[in-house]
Amino acid sequence: MALLEIKNLEVFYGMIQAIKGISFEVNEGEIVTLIGANGAGKTTTMQSIMGLVPIKRGTVTYNGQDITKVPGHKIVNLGMTQVPEGRRIFQELTVYDNLLMGAYTVKDKKQIKDDIDEICTRFEILGQRKNQIAGTLSGGEQQMLAMGRAMMSHPKLLMLDEPSMGLSPLFVDKVFDIIKDYHKSGTTILLVEQNAKKALSIADRAYVLETGSISLSGKAEDLLNNEDVKKAYLGA
Amino acid sequence: MIIIADGLSLGAIYALIALGYTMVYGIAKMLNFAHGDIIMVGAYVILTTLQMTGNPYIAIAASIVVCTVAGIVIERLAYKPLRGASPLAVLITAIGVSFLLQSVAQLIYGSKSQAIALPDFGKITIAGNHIAVSTLITLIVGGIIMAGLTVFVKKTSTGRAMQAVSEDRGAALLMGVNVNRIIMITFAIGSALAAFASLFYLMQIPSITPTLGSMPGIKAFTAAVIGGIGSIPGAMLGGVLLGLIEKVCLSIPAISPYTTAIEFGLLIIILLVKPIGILGKQRREKV
Repeated sequence: MALLEIKNLEVFYGMIQAIKGISFEVNEGEIVTLIGANGAGKTTTMQSIMGLVPIKRGTVTYNGQDITKVPGHKIVNLGMTQVPEGRRIFQELTVYDNLLMGAYTVKDKKQIKDDIDEICTRFEILGQRKNQIAGTLSGGEQQMLAMGRAMMSHPKLLMLDEPSMGLSPLFVDKVFDIIKDYHKSGTTILLVEQNAKKALSIADRAYVLETGSISLSGKAEDLLNNEDVKKAYLGA
Repeated sequence: MIIIADGLSLGAIYALIALGYTMVYGIAKMLNFAHGDIIMVGAYVILTTLQMTGNPYIAIAASIVVCTVAGIVIERLAYKPLRGASPLAVLITAIGVSFLLQSVAQLIYGSKSQAIALPDFGKITIAGNHIAVSTLITLIVGGIIMAGLTVFVKKTSTGRAMQAVSEDRGAALLMGVNVNRIIMITFAIGSALAAFASLFYLMQIPSITPTLGSMPGIKAFTAAVIGGIGSIPGAMLGGVLLGLIEKVCLSIPAISPYTTAIEFGLLIIILLVKPIGILGKQRREKV
Protein backbone atom coordinates (compact mmCIF):
# COMPACT_ATOMS: atom_id res chain seq x y z
CA MET A 1 0.00 0.00 0.00
CA ALA A 2 1.20 3.47 -0.79
CA LEU A 3 2.17 5.61 2.19
CA LEU A 4 1.10 8.76 0.38
CA GLU A 5 -1.30 8.73 -2.52
CA ILE A 6 -2.34 11.78 -4.53
CA LYS A 7 -5.32 11.32 -6.85
CA ASN A 8 -6.48 13.76 -9.53
CA LEU A 9 -5.20 16.75 -7.56
CA GLU A 10 -6.35 20.14 -8.83
CA VAL A 11 -5.22 23.46 -7.34
CA PHE A 12 -6.23 26.95 -8.43
CA TYR A 13 -4.81 30.40 -7.70
CA GLY A 14 -7.90 32.49 -8.31
CA MET A 15 -8.94 31.65 -11.88
CA ILE A 16 -5.61 30.17 -12.83
CA GLN A 17 -5.27 26.43 -12.59
CA ALA A 18 -1.81 25.59 -11.29
CA ILE A 19 -2.24 21.84 -10.89
CA LYS A 20 -4.30 20.06 -13.52
CA GLY A 21 -5.36 16.76 -12.03
CA ILE A 22 -2.11 14.99 -11.14
CA SER A 23 -1.85 11.58 -9.50
CA PHE A 24 1.20 10.01 -7.91
CA GLU A 25 2.17 7.86 -4.99
CA VAL A 26 4.99 7.34 -2.55
CA ASN A 27 5.49 3.86 -1.16
CA GLU A 28 6.90 3.16 2.26
CA GLY A 29 10.71 3.11 2.23
CA GLU A 30 11.09 4.86 -1.13
CA ILE A 31 12.76 8.06 -2.19
CA VAL A 32 10.47 9.60 -4.77
CA THR A 33 11.36 12.79 -6.56
CA LEU A 34 9.23 15.30 -8.36
CA ILE A 35 11.28 17.20 -10.92
CA GLY A 36 10.37 19.97 -13.28
CA ALA A 37 11.17 23.50 -14.37
CA ASN A 38 10.31 26.74 -12.60
CA GLY A 39 6.56 27.26 -12.44
CA ALA A 40 5.68 23.63 -13.21
CA GLY A 41 3.74 23.40 -9.94
CA LYS A 42 6.13 21.43 -7.75
CA THR A 43 5.93 23.70 -4.74
CA THR A 44 2.19 24.17 -5.14
CA THR A 45 1.77 20.39 -5.05
CA MET A 46 3.88 20.15 -1.90
CA GLN A 47 2.05 22.99 -0.18
CA SER A 48 -1.37 21.62 -1.03
CA ILE A 49 -0.49 18.25 0.50
CA MET A 50 0.22 19.99 3.83
CA GLY A 51 -2.87 22.18 3.61
CA LEU A 52 -0.95 25.42 2.97
CA VAL A 53 -2.85 26.00 -0.27
CA PRO A 54 -6.45 24.87 -0.65
CA ILE A 55 -7.20 21.84 -2.84
CA LYS A 56 -10.00 22.37 -5.33
CA ARG A 57 -10.54 18.76 -6.41
CA GLY A 58 -8.87 15.42 -5.84
CA THR A 59 -7.76 13.52 -2.77
CA VAL A 60 -4.65 13.12 -0.64
CA THR A 61 -4.44 9.83 1.25
CA TYR A 62 -1.80 9.21 3.87
CA ASN A 63 -1.37 5.79 5.44
CA GLY A 64 -4.86 4.83 4.27
CA GLN A 65 -6.47 7.94 5.76
CA ASP A 66 -8.05 10.65 3.62
CA ILE A 67 -6.28 13.86 4.72
CA THR A 68 -7.55 16.15 1.95
CA LYS A 69 -9.59 18.18 4.42
CA VAL A 70 -7.40 17.71 7.51
CA PRO A 71 -5.92 21.04 8.70
CA GLY A 72 -2.15 21.30 8.20
CA HIS A 73 -1.22 21.43 11.87
CA LYS A 74 -2.88 18.05 12.45
CA ILE A 75 -1.08 16.43 9.53
CA VAL A 76 2.23 16.81 11.38
CA ASN A 77 0.80 14.67 14.18
CA LEU A 78 0.16 11.89 11.67
CA GLY A 79 3.88 11.57 11.01
CA MET A 80 4.48 13.67 7.93
CA THR A 81 6.33 16.92 7.69
CA GLN A 82 7.93 19.22 5.19
CA VAL A 83 11.10 21.23 4.78
CA PRO A 84 9.58 24.13 2.86
CA GLU A 85 10.99 25.93 -0.13
CA GLY A 86 13.27 28.77 0.92
CA ARG A 87 13.88 26.96 4.26
CA ARG A 88 11.65 29.33 6.21
CA ILE A 89 13.46 28.91 9.49
CA PHE A 90 12.41 31.27 12.28
CA GLN A 91 15.01 33.98 11.71
CA GLU A 92 14.43 35.79 14.99
CA LEU A 93 14.62 32.71 17.20
CA THR A 94 17.80 30.95 18.27
CA VAL A 95 18.94 27.75 16.57
CA TYR A 96 17.95 25.90 19.74
CA ASP A 97 14.45 27.45 19.79
CA ASN A 98 14.02 26.56 16.12
CA LEU A 99 14.72 22.94 16.95
CA LEU A 100 12.29 23.14 19.86
CA MET A 101 9.66 24.45 17.44
CA GLY A 102 10.29 21.41 15.29
CA ALA A 103 9.40 19.29 18.32
CA TYR A 104 6.19 21.25 18.94
CA THR A 105 4.07 18.10 18.64
CA VAL A 106 6.41 16.01 20.81
CA LYS A 107 5.39 16.01 24.47
CA ASP A 108 8.19 13.91 25.98
CA LYS A 109 10.79 16.38 27.34
CA LYS A 110 13.52 13.74 27.66
CA GLN A 111 12.96 12.67 24.07
CA ILE A 112 13.23 16.28 22.87
CA LYS A 113 16.52 16.74 24.73
CA ASP A 114 17.95 13.52 23.27
CA ASP A 115 16.79 14.48 19.78
CA ILE A 116 18.40 17.89 20.00
CA ASP A 117 21.66 16.26 21.13
CA GLU A 118 21.42 13.83 18.23
CA ILE A 119 20.77 16.56 15.69
CA CYS A 120 23.60 18.68 17.05
CA THR A 121 25.88 15.69 16.49
CA ARG A 122 24.50 15.01 13.01
CA PHE A 123 24.88 18.68 12.10
CA GLU A 124 27.97 19.84 13.96
CA ILE A 125 27.52 23.42 12.88
CA LEU A 126 24.12 23.59 14.61
CA GLY A 127 25.65 22.25 17.82
CA GLN A 128 28.29 24.98 17.72
CA ARG A 129 25.73 27.69 17.05
CA LYS A 130 22.95 26.49 19.33
CA ASN A 131 22.39 29.86 21.00
CA GLN A 132 22.90 32.00 17.93
CA ILE A 133 19.97 33.81 16.30
CA ALA A 134 19.02 31.68 13.30
CA GLY A 135 18.87 34.64 10.91
CA THR A 136 22.63 35.07 11.25
CA LEU A 137 23.39 31.62 9.78
CA SER A 138 24.56 31.23 6.20
CA GLY A 139 22.22 29.79 3.58
CA GLY A 140 23.70 26.32 3.82
CA GLU A 141 23.59 26.35 7.59
CA GLN A 142 19.99 27.50 7.48
CA GLN A 143 19.17 24.54 5.23
CA MET A 144 20.78 22.22 7.80
CA LEU A 145 18.66 23.85 10.48
CA ALA A 146 15.48 23.52 8.41
CA MET A 147 16.20 19.82 7.92
CA GLY A 148 17.13 19.28 11.56
CA ARG A 149 13.99 21.10 12.63
CA ALA A 150 11.83 18.83 10.47
CA MET A 151 13.55 15.71 11.87
CA MET A 152 12.57 16.74 15.41
CA SER A 153 9.00 15.53 14.84
CA HIS A 154 10.16 12.03 13.83
CA PRO A 155 8.36 11.94 10.50
CA LYS A 156 7.59 8.67 8.73
CA LEU A 157 7.42 10.68 5.54
CA LEU A 158 9.70 13.68 5.05
CA MET A 159 9.00 16.03 2.18
CA LEU A 160 11.75 18.35 1.03
CA ASP A 161 11.04 21.24 -1.28
CA GLU A 162 14.10 22.41 -3.23
CA PRO A 163 16.61 21.72 -0.45
CA SER A 164 19.58 22.54 -2.70
CA MET A 165 18.27 25.88 -3.92
CA GLY A 166 20.81 28.68 -3.77
CA LEU A 167 23.51 26.59 -2.10
CA SER A 168 27.17 26.26 -2.98
CA PRO A 169 28.13 22.94 -4.67
CA LEU A 170 29.77 21.79 -1.45
CA PHE A 171 26.56 22.25 0.52
CA VAL A 172 24.47 20.72 -2.28
CA ASP A 173 26.46 17.48 -1.94
CA LYS A 174 26.12 17.66 1.82
CA VAL A 175 22.35 18.10 1.62
CA PHE A 176 21.96 15.07 -0.65
CA ASP A 177 24.22 12.99 1.61
CA ILE A 178 22.03 13.90 4.58
CA ILE A 179 18.89 12.91 2.69
CA LYS A 180 20.41 9.55 1.74
CA ASP A 181 21.53 8.99 5.33
CA TYR A 182 18.20 9.91 6.79
CA HIS A 183 16.43 7.64 4.33
CA LYS A 184 18.63 4.75 5.43
CA SER A 185 17.52 5.27 9.01
CA GLY A 186 14.01 4.34 7.89
CA THR A 187 12.26 7.46 6.64
CA THR A 188 10.32 7.67 3.38
CA ILE A 189 11.29 10.71 1.30
CA LEU A 190 9.41 12.85 -1.18
CA LEU A 191 11.87 15.23 -2.80
CA VAL A 192 11.11 18.16 -5.04
CA GLU A 193 14.11 19.42 -6.96
CA GLN A 194 15.23 21.57 -9.82
CA ASN A 195 18.59 19.88 -9.68
CA ALA A 196 17.20 16.90 -11.60
CA LYS A 197 20.49 15.08 -12.03
CA LYS A 198 21.23 15.02 -8.32
CA ALA A 199 17.66 14.16 -7.41
CA LEU A 200 17.44 11.28 -9.90
CA SER A 201 20.75 9.91 -8.72
CA ILE A 202 19.48 9.25 -5.20
CA ALA A 203 15.80 8.50 -5.96
CA ASP A 204 14.03 5.18 -6.55
CA ARG A 205 11.28 6.60 -8.71
CA ALA A 206 10.52 9.96 -10.25
CA TYR A 207 7.74 12.02 -11.77
CA VAL A 208 8.30 14.85 -14.22
CA LEU A 209 5.95 17.77 -13.75
CA GLU A 210 5.26 20.12 -16.67
CA THR A 211 2.91 23.11 -16.34
CA GLY A 212 0.64 21.42 -13.85
CA SER A 213 0.57 17.92 -15.35
CA ILE A 214 2.74 14.86 -15.01
CA SER A 215 4.39 14.28 -18.37
CA LEU A 216 6.60 11.36 -17.50
CA SER A 217 7.17 8.92 -14.68
CA GLY A 218 9.20 5.84 -13.96
CA LYS A 219 12.28 4.44 -12.31
CA ALA A 220 14.81 7.14 -11.54
CA GLU A 221 17.63 5.38 -13.42
CA ASP A 222 15.43 4.99 -16.52
CA LEU A 223 14.63 8.70 -16.46
CA LEU A 224 18.31 9.51 -16.07
CA ASN A 225 18.87 7.77 -19.39
CA ASN A 226 15.74 9.06 -21.09
CA GLU A 227 16.61 11.24 -24.09
CA ASP A 228 13.81 13.79 -23.50
CA VAL A 229 14.67 14.17 -19.84
CA LYS A 230 18.34 14.53 -20.70
CA LYS A 231 17.60 17.30 -23.14
CA ALA A 232 15.11 19.20 -20.99
CA TYR A 233 16.46 18.81 -17.46
CA LEU A 234 19.94 17.38 -17.40
CA GLY A 235 21.53 19.85 -19.80
CA ALA A 236 23.01 17.10 -21.96
CA MET B 1 10.15 61.91 42.63
CA ILE B 2 6.36 61.98 42.83
CA ILE B 3 6.21 62.95 39.19
CA ILE B 4 8.50 60.10 38.22
CA ALA B 5 6.47 57.60 40.26
CA ASP B 6 3.21 58.90 38.75
CA GLY B 7 4.72 58.84 35.29
CA LEU B 8 5.99 55.30 35.69
CA SER B 9 2.64 54.08 36.96
CA LEU B 10 0.73 55.79 34.14
CA GLY B 11 3.39 54.33 31.85
CA ALA B 12 2.65 50.86 33.24
CA ILE B 13 -1.02 51.34 32.38
CA TYR B 14 -0.18 52.44 28.83
CA ALA B 15 2.29 49.57 28.50
CA LEU B 16 -0.29 46.98 29.56
CA ILE B 17 -2.73 48.26 26.95
CA ALA B 18 -0.01 48.68 24.33
CA LEU B 19 0.96 45.03 24.80
CA GLY B 20 -2.52 44.02 23.68
CA TYR B 21 -2.19 46.09 20.51
CA THR B 22 1.31 44.96 19.73
CA MET B 23 0.79 41.23 20.35
CA VAL B 24 -2.37 41.11 18.26
CA TYR B 25 -0.62 43.09 15.52
CA GLY B 26 2.42 40.83 15.60
CA ILE B 27 0.53 37.57 15.57
CA ALA B 28 -2.81 38.20 13.85
CA LYS B 29 -1.37 40.99 11.62
CA MET B 30 -4.27 43.33 12.38
CA LEU B 31 -4.87 46.56 14.27
CA ASN B 32 -7.52 45.80 16.86
CA PHE B 33 -9.00 49.25 17.38
CA ALA B 34 -11.64 47.77 19.68
CA HIS B 35 -8.89 46.98 22.17
CA GLY B 36 -9.27 50.29 24.04
CA ASP B 37 -12.95 49.56 24.59
CA ILE B 38 -12.09 46.34 26.41
CA ILE B 39 -10.75 48.64 29.15
CA MET B 40 -14.18 50.26 29.31
CA VAL B 41 -15.85 46.82 29.49
CA GLY B 42 -13.51 45.91 32.34
CA ALA B 43 -14.31 49.16 34.15
CA TYR B 44 -18.07 48.62 34.00
CA VAL B 45 -17.67 45.03 35.17
CA ILE B 46 -15.69 46.27 38.16
CA LEU B 47 -18.38 48.88 38.85
CA THR B 48 -21.27 46.40 38.67
CA THR B 49 -19.67 43.60 40.66
CA LEU B 50 -18.49 46.09 43.27
CA GLN B 51 -22.05 47.38 43.64
CA MET B 52 -23.40 43.82 43.86
CA THR B 53 -20.83 42.21 46.16
CA GLY B 54 -18.95 45.07 47.76
CA ASN B 55 -15.80 43.00 47.44
CA PRO B 56 -13.09 44.63 45.31
CA TYR B 57 -11.22 41.35 44.81
CA ILE B 58 -14.27 39.60 43.35
CA ALA B 59 -14.76 42.68 41.13
CA ILE B 60 -11.21 42.46 39.83
CA ALA B 61 -11.46 38.73 39.17
CA ALA B 62 -14.80 39.17 37.39
CA SER B 63 -13.32 41.93 35.25
CA ILE B 64 -10.40 39.74 34.17
CA VAL B 65 -12.71 36.84 33.32
CA VAL B 66 -15.23 38.95 31.40
CA CYS B 67 -12.55 40.84 29.43
CA THR B 68 -10.75 37.63 28.50
CA VAL B 69 -13.98 36.00 27.34
CA ALA B 70 -14.99 39.18 25.49
CA GLY B 71 -11.64 39.22 23.68
CA ILE B 72 -12.04 35.59 22.59
CA VAL B 73 -15.67 36.05 21.51
CA ILE B 74 -14.89 39.20 19.51
CA GLU B 75 -12.03 37.42 17.74
CA ARG B 76 -14.19 34.39 16.93
CA LEU B 77 -17.24 36.30 15.72
CA ALA B 78 -15.78 39.41 14.12
CA TYR B 79 -12.19 38.73 13.05
CA LYS B 80 -11.84 35.00 12.43
CA PRO B 81 -14.28 34.97 9.49
CA LEU B 82 -12.10 37.68 7.91
CA ARG B 83 -8.87 35.69 8.02
CA GLY B 84 -7.25 36.29 4.65
CA ALA B 85 -9.48 39.26 3.83
CA SER B 86 -7.96 42.63 2.95
CA PRO B 87 -6.43 44.49 5.92
CA LEU B 88 -8.80 47.39 5.27
CA ALA B 89 -11.86 45.19 5.78
CA VAL B 90 -10.45 43.93 9.07
CA LEU B 91 -9.59 47.46 10.19
CA ILE B 92 -13.10 48.73 9.48
CA THR B 93 -14.56 45.74 11.30
CA ALA B 94 -12.42 46.55 14.33
CA ILE B 95 -13.68 50.13 14.33
CA GLY B 96 -17.22 48.75 14.02
CA VAL B 97 -16.67 46.49 17.03
CA SER B 98 -15.40 49.52 18.94
CA PHE B 99 -18.60 51.46 18.21
CA LEU B 100 -20.69 48.40 19.04
CA LEU B 101 -19.10 48.00 22.47
CA GLN B 102 -19.51 51.71 23.25
CA SER B 103 -23.16 51.69 22.13
CA VAL B 104 -24.02 48.60 24.16
CA ALA B 105 -22.41 50.16 27.23
CA GLN B 106 -24.41 53.30 26.62
CA LEU B 107 -27.65 51.28 26.36
CA ILE B 108 -26.97 49.52 29.64
CA TYR B 109 -25.37 52.27 31.71
CA GLY B 110 -26.39 55.48 29.95
CA SER B 111 -23.96 58.09 28.72
CA LYS B 112 -23.48 59.93 32.02
CA SER B 113 -20.27 59.33 33.86
CA GLN B 114 -20.55 57.20 36.97
CA ALA B 115 -18.31 57.44 40.00
CA ILE B 116 -16.75 54.35 41.45
CA ALA B 117 -15.56 53.96 45.03
CA LEU B 118 -12.47 51.80 45.07
CA PRO B 119 -10.80 51.23 48.42
CA ASP B 120 -8.40 54.05 49.26
CA PHE B 121 -5.02 52.70 50.20
CA GLY B 122 -3.81 56.10 51.34
CA LYS B 123 -0.30 57.42 50.94
CA ILE B 124 3.07 56.46 52.21
CA THR B 125 6.10 58.63 52.68
CA ILE B 126 9.29 57.62 50.95
CA ALA B 127 12.27 59.91 51.50
CA GLY B 128 10.00 62.81 52.33
CA ASN B 129 7.72 62.31 49.33
CA HIS B 130 4.07 61.40 49.79
CA ILE B 131 3.27 58.77 47.18
CA ALA B 132 -0.16 57.19 46.75
CA VAL B 133 -0.06 53.48 47.54
CA SER B 134 -2.24 52.85 44.49
CA THR B 135 0.54 54.30 42.32
CA LEU B 136 3.03 51.90 43.82
CA ILE B 137 0.64 48.97 43.39
CA THR B 138 0.21 49.85 39.72
CA LEU B 139 3.94 50.07 39.30
CA ILE B 140 4.77 46.82 41.05
CA VAL B 141 1.90 44.68 39.78
CA GLY B 142 2.31 46.08 36.27
CA GLY B 143 6.01 45.26 36.40
CA ILE B 144 5.36 41.72 37.62
CA ILE B 145 2.79 41.11 34.88
CA MET B 146 5.16 42.33 32.18
CA ALA B 147 8.04 40.25 33.53
CA GLY B 148 5.72 37.23 33.65
CA LEU B 149 4.61 37.81 30.07
CA THR B 150 8.21 38.09 28.89
CA VAL B 151 9.10 34.79 30.55
CA PHE B 152 5.96 33.17 29.12
CA VAL B 153 6.75 34.25 25.57
CA LYS B 154 10.43 33.30 25.77
CA LYS B 155 10.32 30.10 27.78
CA THR B 156 7.10 28.21 27.13
CA SER B 157 6.14 26.14 24.15
CA THR B 158 3.02 28.26 23.55
CA GLY B 159 5.07 31.46 23.82
CA ARG B 160 7.58 30.18 21.28
CA ALA B 161 4.72 29.21 19.00
CA MET B 162 3.44 32.79 19.29
CA GLN B 163 6.82 34.11 18.15
CA ALA B 164 6.88 31.56 15.34
CA VAL B 165 3.38 32.46 14.11
CA SER B 166 4.31 36.13 14.27
CA GLU B 167 7.29 35.55 12.00
CA ASP B 168 5.96 32.98 9.54
CA ARG B 169 2.47 31.60 9.88
CA GLY B 170 2.92 28.91 7.20
CA ALA B 171 6.17 27.60 8.65
CA ALA B 172 4.59 27.50 12.12
CA LEU B 173 1.76 25.42 10.70
CA LEU B 174 4.33 22.98 9.28
CA MET B 175 5.59 22.51 12.86
CA GLY B 176 2.10 21.41 13.89
CA VAL B 177 1.07 24.75 15.42
CA ASN B 178 -2.67 25.39 15.42
CA VAL B 179 -2.50 28.99 14.24
CA ASN B 180 -6.14 29.76 15.10
CA ARG B 181 -5.59 28.60 18.65
CA ILE B 182 -2.48 30.77 19.01
CA ILE B 183 -4.39 33.82 17.74
CA MET B 184 -7.18 33.09 20.23
CA ILE B 185 -4.68 32.84 23.10
CA THR B 186 -3.15 36.14 22.00
CA PHE B 187 -6.51 37.90 22.14
CA ALA B 188 -7.22 36.30 25.53
CA ILE B 189 -3.90 37.50 26.99
CA GLY B 190 -4.25 40.99 25.49
CA SER B 191 -7.75 41.35 26.92
CA ALA B 192 -6.73 40.09 30.36
CA LEU B 193 -3.95 42.71 30.39
CA ALA B 194 -6.56 45.33 29.44
CA ALA B 195 -8.62 44.24 32.49
CA PHE B 196 -5.64 44.98 34.73
CA ALA B 197 -5.17 48.28 32.94
CA SER B 198 -8.80 49.22 33.59
CA LEU B 199 -8.38 48.52 37.30
CA PHE B 200 -5.23 50.65 37.52
CA TYR B 201 -6.88 53.36 35.45
CA LEU B 202 -9.87 53.51 37.82
CA MET B 203 -7.51 53.74 40.79
CA GLN B 204 -6.24 57.00 39.27
CA ILE B 205 -9.45 58.34 37.75
CA PRO B 206 -12.47 56.79 39.50
CA SER B 207 -15.17 57.71 37.00
CA ILE B 208 -16.59 55.69 34.12
CA THR B 209 -18.17 56.61 30.80
CA PRO B 210 -18.86 54.45 27.71
CA THR B 211 -15.99 56.19 25.88
CA LEU B 212 -13.54 55.76 28.73
CA GLY B 213 -11.37 53.42 26.69
CA SER B 214 -10.85 55.73 23.71
CA MET B 215 -8.15 58.07 24.99
CA PRO B 216 -6.01 55.54 26.87
CA GLY B 217 -6.54 53.22 23.89
CA ILE B 218 -5.19 55.75 21.42
CA LYS B 219 -2.35 56.76 23.74
CA ALA B 220 -1.38 53.12 24.21
CA PHE B 221 -1.54 52.53 20.47
CA THR B 222 0.77 55.53 20.06
CA ALA B 223 3.06 53.99 22.66
CA ALA B 224 3.07 50.69 20.77
CA VAL B 225 4.00 52.43 17.51
CA ILE B 226 6.70 54.53 19.19
CA GLY B 227 8.21 51.42 20.74
CA GLY B 228 7.90 49.47 17.50
CA ILE B 229 4.60 47.74 16.82
CA GLY B 230 4.85 43.97 16.97
CA SER B 231 7.64 44.15 19.54
CA ILE B 232 6.77 43.22 23.13
CA PRO B 233 9.68 45.05 24.80
CA GLY B 234 8.90 47.93 22.43
CA ALA B 235 5.36 48.22 23.80
CA MET B 236 6.67 48.27 27.35
CA LEU B 237 9.29 50.90 26.55
CA GLY B 238 6.86 53.02 24.53
CA GLY B 239 4.24 52.87 27.28
CA VAL B 240 6.59 53.88 30.07
CA LEU B 241 8.13 56.62 27.93
CA LEU B 242 4.73 58.09 27.06
CA GLY B 243 3.53 57.90 30.68
CA LEU B 244 6.63 59.72 31.91
CA ILE B 245 6.39 62.39 29.22
CA GLU B 246 2.72 62.96 30.01
CA LYS B 247 3.24 63.38 33.75
CA VAL B 248 6.34 65.56 33.36
CA CYS B 249 4.58 67.83 30.86
CA LEU B 250 1.51 68.09 33.08
CA SER B 251 3.68 69.14 36.02
CA ILE B 252 5.12 72.15 34.19
CA PRO B 253 2.41 74.85 34.08
CA ALA B 254 3.80 76.53 30.97
CA ILE B 255 3.51 73.45 28.76
CA SER B 256 0.83 71.38 30.50
CA PRO B 257 -1.94 72.53 28.11
CA TYR B 258 0.08 71.11 25.22
CA THR B 259 0.71 67.71 26.79
CA THR B 260 -1.36 65.68 24.34
CA ALA B 261 0.07 67.60 21.40
CA ILE B 262 3.57 66.83 22.61
CA GLU B 263 2.78 63.13 22.94
CA PHE B 264 1.37 62.82 19.45
CA GLY B 265 4.12 65.13 18.17
CA LEU B 266 6.61 62.57 19.45
CA LEU B 267 4.76 59.93 17.45
CA ILE B 268 5.11 62.02 14.30
CA ILE B 269 8.81 62.55 14.93
CA ILE B 270 9.37 58.82 15.49
CA LEU B 271 7.44 58.02 12.31
CA LEU B 272 9.63 60.46 10.38
CA VAL B 273 12.94 59.39 11.87
CA LYS B 274 12.48 55.68 12.52
CA PRO B 275 9.14 54.50 11.10
CA ILE B 276 9.49 51.00 12.52
CA GLY B 277 9.69 52.37 16.07
CA ILE B 278 12.47 52.41 18.64
CA LEU B 279 12.76 48.64 19.03
CA GLY B 280 10.98 47.64 15.84
CA LYS B 281 12.68 45.17 13.57
CA GLN B 282 12.79 45.51 9.85
CA ARG B 283 11.43 42.32 8.38
CA ARG B 284 12.56 41.23 5.00
CA GLU B 285 9.59 40.46 2.81
CA LYS B 286 9.77 36.92 1.53
CA VAL B 287 9.57 36.30 -2.16
